[in-house]
Amino acid sequence: MSDITAPAYRTIPVIPALKPGSMEGKGPFVASEKINEAIGFPGQLVEDWHDRAIAKMGELLSKYRSLKVFMDACVHCGACSDKCHYFIGTQDPKNMPVARQDLMRSVYRRYFTLPGKLFPKLVGARDLTREVLDEWFNYYHQCSECRRCSVFCPYGIDTAEVTMAAREILDSIGYGQKYSNEIIGKVHKIGNNLGLPGPALIDTLEGLEEDVKDATGIDVRFPMDVKGAEVLLVTPSADFFAEPHIDSLIGYAKVFHATGTSWTLSSIASEAGNFGMFIGNYDQLRKIAMRIRQAALELGVKRIVVGECGHAWRVAYSFWNTLTGVGDGADENDRFAQMLQKQLDHRYKQPTHICEFTWDMIERNALTFDKSKNDKHIITFHDSCNVARGTRMGDLPGGQFEIPRNIIKAVANNYVEMAPNTTREQTFCCGGGGGVLTDDLLELRVKGALPRMEVLKQSVDEHGVNFMATICAICKAQFTKVLPIYGFDRKMVGGVHQLVSNAIQLGPK
Amino acid sequence: MASIVFAILFYLATLLLVVGLLYRINTYARTPAPLKIPTTPAPTTTGGVVLRMTREVLFFESLFKSNLWIWAMGMMFHASLALVLMRHLRYFTDPVWGWVAFIQPFGMYAGITMLLGLGGLWARRLFVERIRYISTPSDHLMLVLLIGIAASGLSMKFVAHTDVVSVKSYFIGLMRFDIQTLPADLLLIVHLSLVALLLVVFPFSKLLHAPGVFFSPTRNQKDDPREKRHIAPWAKRSEASE
Repeated sequence: MSDITAPAYRTIPVIPALKPGSMEGKGPFVASEKINEAIGFPGQLVEDWHDRAIAKMGELLSKYRSLKVFMDACVHCGACSDKCHYFIGTQDPKNMPVARQDLMRSVYRRYFTLPGKLFPKLVGARDLTREVLDEWFNYYHQCSECRRCSVFCPYGIDTAEVTMAAREILDSIGYGQKYSNEIIGKVHKIGNNLGLPGPALIDTLEGLEEDVKDATGIDVRFPMDVKGAEVLLVTPSADFFAEPHIDSLIGYAKVFHATGTSWTLSSIASEAGNFGMFIGNYDQLRKIAMRIRQAALELGVKRIVVGECGHAWRVAYSFWNTLTGVGDGADENDRFAQMLQKQLDHRYKQPTHICEFTWDMIERNALTFDKSKNDKHIITFHDSCNVARGTRMGDLPGGQFEIPRNIIKAVANNYVEMAPNTTREQTFCCGGGGGVLTDDLLELRVKGALPRMEVLKQSVDEHGVNFMATICAICKAQFTKVLPIYGFDRKMVGGVHQLVSNAIQLGPK
Repeated sequence: MASIVFAILFYLATLLLVVGLLYRINTYARTPAPLKIPTTPAPTTTGGVVLRMTREVLFFESLFKSNLWIWAMGMMFHASLALVLMRHLRYFTDPVWGWVAFIQPFGMYAGITMLLGLGGLWARRLFVERIRYISTPSDHLMLVLLIGIAASGLSMKFVAHTDVVSVKSYFIGLMRFDIQTLPADLLLIVHLSLVALLLVVFPFSKLLHAPGVFFSPTRNQKDDPREKRHIAPWAKRSEASE
């Protein structure tokens, strides 16, 4: 993999020329029989895959209005065609959002519409052949479900929905992706995506307590499975051991410590991430989310707070209430959701993002900071796609942009924005989201990072930026890997709570 | 003879359009959206959603953010088409409504700007590499069809006049199931045939973007998942069977 180099920066960011086929056959590893069967999918490509795929597609078309409308509504206007980071980085025309959708739309037209049945050539309809199926596997795993295209589509067509449907169909015929399916297996078996067993976690947390004590002289606790705690913190498992993620975990613990909040982690819900979303499988999405409800009920917590993780926050904010009844308005027949809703403290939003928690405390003057502790950093903020385009923080639309920035400005003196058409809802994906954060897709990841790297380079050159803060475990892992390939220091990326951790004053006020 | 043929043609085409569209709209409305997926930042109230949708439908807000050229051409075409359609109401109303009479001159120029907009969109499809790549034959033909309608219509205004009084009494007659005589002008026959074709094609083609946009969950959902549980009937059934 060491031969993968960064594509050249575009001097003027013009729309690149097409290079057809440049990413053909560069998809991910296929899931093994064992991996697929562990989560209830057929082990390998089934005999009658054609009929089952079409049947599955019909089922999804009747269950998801998004898919149904998106298959019909596209007029090929081209508004999305230059908006995908993978297209910009790879120049493969099939990585244009509309072309990626058309891989499925062509099959939809052939089997589900009259013109496609009568005049396939005229309307660009295709039979579902083995070649088409392979193309699906290849290109629907070159999408990070970041939804940037949906911002620009006049009909709001969201390629992520199409990608999810395609992956769901592929899984249903035994043609799943190794990385995502293996991780889902680990969540069910061990409790988190990284496969860290409970004792190892407790060990890690004890080590962290010692580290923080050494550094600050203060006993900051990292509690696990404490019944009756006020807050259950659910965070991506990378926070427990990966760099720079762990520095944000320390930040959360310090915020809880400084505000006198009793909190706990959970060994059964030691993972905020939910790869069920990446593969578009509602049952998996729900099953993984139910662990959080179970943990919350067992521990008797009053609040559920989610750590720095992009897609996890989308699942938590947008889907948890639907899937498990965390939040408000539980079904009267759902006894456990009713129990949970009685138990939770509804003066607070459920679930709460850690940034909402921290910003709330800052606004109440419950925290003090020495901003000069961050003076070595000139900081910019990378909006993570799932947070930016799939969720909210606070009461106002756009709070997901303001609150993390407000926190940074409250704990540090030097903050600059990146180019405006690449931040907030127009942010570029890091290149590693949506189930592609795997070394078998490294070339895609490096090329997909190009638009963000170009803009980062610009702010490094113009403002001397040396720290890019973000609130997503995948962004952090992806940038740590690709920054050096683009000639940056890998330590340039870190969490917002890493900056909080640097500046927070823990001693008596 | 032509009068009878076109009467049958227009009755059938209109029937197909109405039934086809109702069927589609019914399908969209009945298909559940199981998860909250508005593209955020999104409005948190129903009023906000109505505003967002209005901006999207009237001003093509997202397209404006995306690409000024496509926006300008698309806007020119759609706004002109709207004016032209309103102008044509004079063939279906007697006496002609005041505002329809008022817009007659504007509607005439709109025919020209409509043609310009369509030409611009087609030029993009033909000359911009990545748009050419995503275009199917039907995408080109749809533009040809619309250009044909606009061109034949304009020709009757500027080149060879047809007997608009007879045309009007023909269509008023159609609406009352009383078939009158249609002037046998070639341009008129071409114009009306293409319009009938458009009506037929509408519910089977990408023209479904018109009703579709209103059902797009990324645009029509409120951003309130924490406040109110949103669940699809099929998801609820599968929960109950656990």
